[in-house]
Amino acid sequence: MPFLDIDNVTKSYGAVEVLHRVDIGVEEGEFLVLVGPSGCGKSTLLNMIAGLENITSGTISIKDRVVNDVHPSKRNIAMVFQSYALYPNMTVGQNITFGMEMHKIPKPEREKKLAEVAKLLQIEQLLARKPGQLSGGQRQRVAMGRALTRDPDVFLFDEPLSNLDAKLRVDMRTEIKKLHQRLKSTIVYVTHDQIEALTLSTRIAVMNKGYVQQLGTPKEVYDTPANMFVASFMGSPSMNLIPATLRDVNGVVAAELTGAEGQQIMLNLTQNGPNLRSYLGKQVILGIRPEAITDADGVDRNAKNTQALRNMVHVTEPAGSDTFVETSLSGKACIARMRADVDVHAGQPFDFVVNMDKAVVFDPATEDRIVD
Amino acid sequence: MSGGAQDQAVRTGRITRTFIYVVLIFFALFYLLPFFIMLINSIKPLPEITGGNMMSLPNEPTVEPWISAWGSAQIGVEATGLKPYFMNSILMVVPAVAISTILGAMNGYILTKWKFRGSDILFGLMLFSCFIPFQIVLIPMARVLGTIGLAGTTSGLILVHVVYGIGFSTLYFRNYYAAFPTELVRAAMMDGAGFFRIFWRIMLPVSGPIAVVCIIWQFTNIWNDFLFGASFADLDSMPMTVALNNLVNSSTGVKAYNVDFAGAILAALPTLLVYIVAGRYFVRGLMAGSVKG
Repeated sequence: MPFLDIDNVTKSYGAVEVLHRVDIGVEEGEFLVLVGPSGCGKSTLLNMIAGLENITSGTISIKDRVVNDVHPSKRNIAMVFQSYALYPNMTVGQNITFGMEMHKIPKPEREKKLAEVAKLLQIEQLLARKPGQLSGGQRQRVAMGRALTRDPDVFLFDEPLSNLDAKLRVDMRTEIKKLHQRLKSTIVYVTHDQIEALTLSTRIAVMNKGYVQQLGTPKEVYDTPANMFVASFMGSPSMNLIPATLRDVNGVVAAELTGAEGQQIMLNLTQNGPNLRSYLGKQVILGIRPEAITDADGVDRNAKNTQALRNMVHVTEPAGSDTFVETSLSGKACIARMRADVDVHAGQPFDFVVNMDKAVVFDPATEDRIVD
Repeated sequence: MSGGAQDQAVRTGRITRTFIYVVLIFFALFYLLPFFIMLINSIKPLPEITGGNMMSLPNEPTVEPWISAWGSAQIGVEATGLKPYFMNSILMVVPAVAISTILGAMNGYILTKWKFRGSDILFGLMLFSCFIPFQIVLIPMARVLGTIGLAGTTSGLILVHVVYGIGFSTLYFRNYYAAFPTELVRAAMMDGAGFFRIFWRIMLPVSGPIAVVCIIWQFTNIWNDFLFGASFADLDSMPMTVALNNLVNSSTGVKAYNVDFAGAILAALPTLLVYIVAGRYFVRGLMAGSVKG
């Protein structure tokens, strides 16, 4: 049985089911990120693990103990809230030790733990201050400090970085990751930011409309998305989803597209399984990540199956480290991510190279990825 | 609200500004005039009032009327002055304000952070009590007080005022706590704090502004109440307002206007003091939550 086991859990408000049969097992030391757009049920699920919301059906167990009816403070979990939820009337030190005080831990022990945590998070000089006198990043640290004192089995993070400005968010992200590597703690982390999800997690659960769309490692989720929702939600800019027709070209499956000027384009797929072959002659959706479309010099050296295509460039967007190039395939805008100093001009044709090893194919009706 | 507010005030021209100040000063004087008349007449000997101009300043100022009003004026059948009734009022107001404020805070806490099925409806119903005229409840309340044996006692008056005050104090605290982040309560819950612990350690310490509003409101209302005092109190528990009425409306002897004035000021003094001491928190509390501070 997994360390934290979410077994067939559903949540309904009255007749409305907002979470449908969620099944996730988290092993000890894992960093699970629940990611999805607002309203997908990720925070609800986290609150159910925390015990702040009732579980309609199914069970949640931590360390083989079913916690459905266990009070939040008795589940041996700690939570970091989006707004940090620091008690405004207490000093930083009191904030951090409040939980231990409530659990009747003797004062010397509390002081010792406080010093330990303050050192770990480098907030020793802030202990006498009130939360109102702290910056966003400092509050964030204090909130984490409060969670750390509990030595919990599971840490819960509810969008902890969404209130920080962009730069600080990146810094704190790295710190959370370091903290996880150092403490080897089990973490469930909710975010709507797919970059946070990819960088922090050891596993990701992508959620939408109350369903877990895909559960897998960041690489699995990014490279082989289970369906078109996951494909477009994860990654920025998101994956190009291009309508195409599958053809058999000398025993290889190829996707037939139309270019910006109506020219026919054939891209040979690496994938050639029986399942995919059953779609021959039919319309599918071809998914290609922007970084898989480059110029000839920018191709991944390890790519085995690269295909050239000449197409009109609509817009170029230099973004410092990369240049984003917009073209169109089968009538759909299509973004390519290239080196910063690539020689590309809007309004002119350009020789693109597509790394077809990274291409995926979706069934347009079910929107699921076609496996094999 | 810090110093920044002043910089953001709309800039107006010199003439407009002068005009505004003139109007404001005029109205301030207008409202101060009655108090001024009460004050100067309360320190005049009686012949100066009956024989002269109400508006003129005293020729021979004296504190005699004040001493008389406080300690020796004839009220009802005894010449006790207002002193014992002042104490009655204090003994009534302090517990009534304290109890209704604490209950209001507790109600507000429950109605926002421990919602249950129908809690919003319950709150709506409690609001009704703010709009029920005093006169309607006189007879039912008299029956109730009689039945539970509190008729004609200070405790009975406290009960009446607490019952009447809960509506307002609940309204104040509920609206204040509605803006209080629920995440804090959840965090405290996860830290292991229970219902009362959260209330005591997390909610109450940040309730200062609204508590001041509530206390001022309840204090003023209860202190100034005449109807309940006149209806439900007997001679031993009669509050200041009723005693003042008895002093002023006494039909025997010479009408001592200077003593009446002094008595009226004495009766108004506590509420005035509360406003002066806590007034600035009053506005601050009413504004709390409207602007992100």
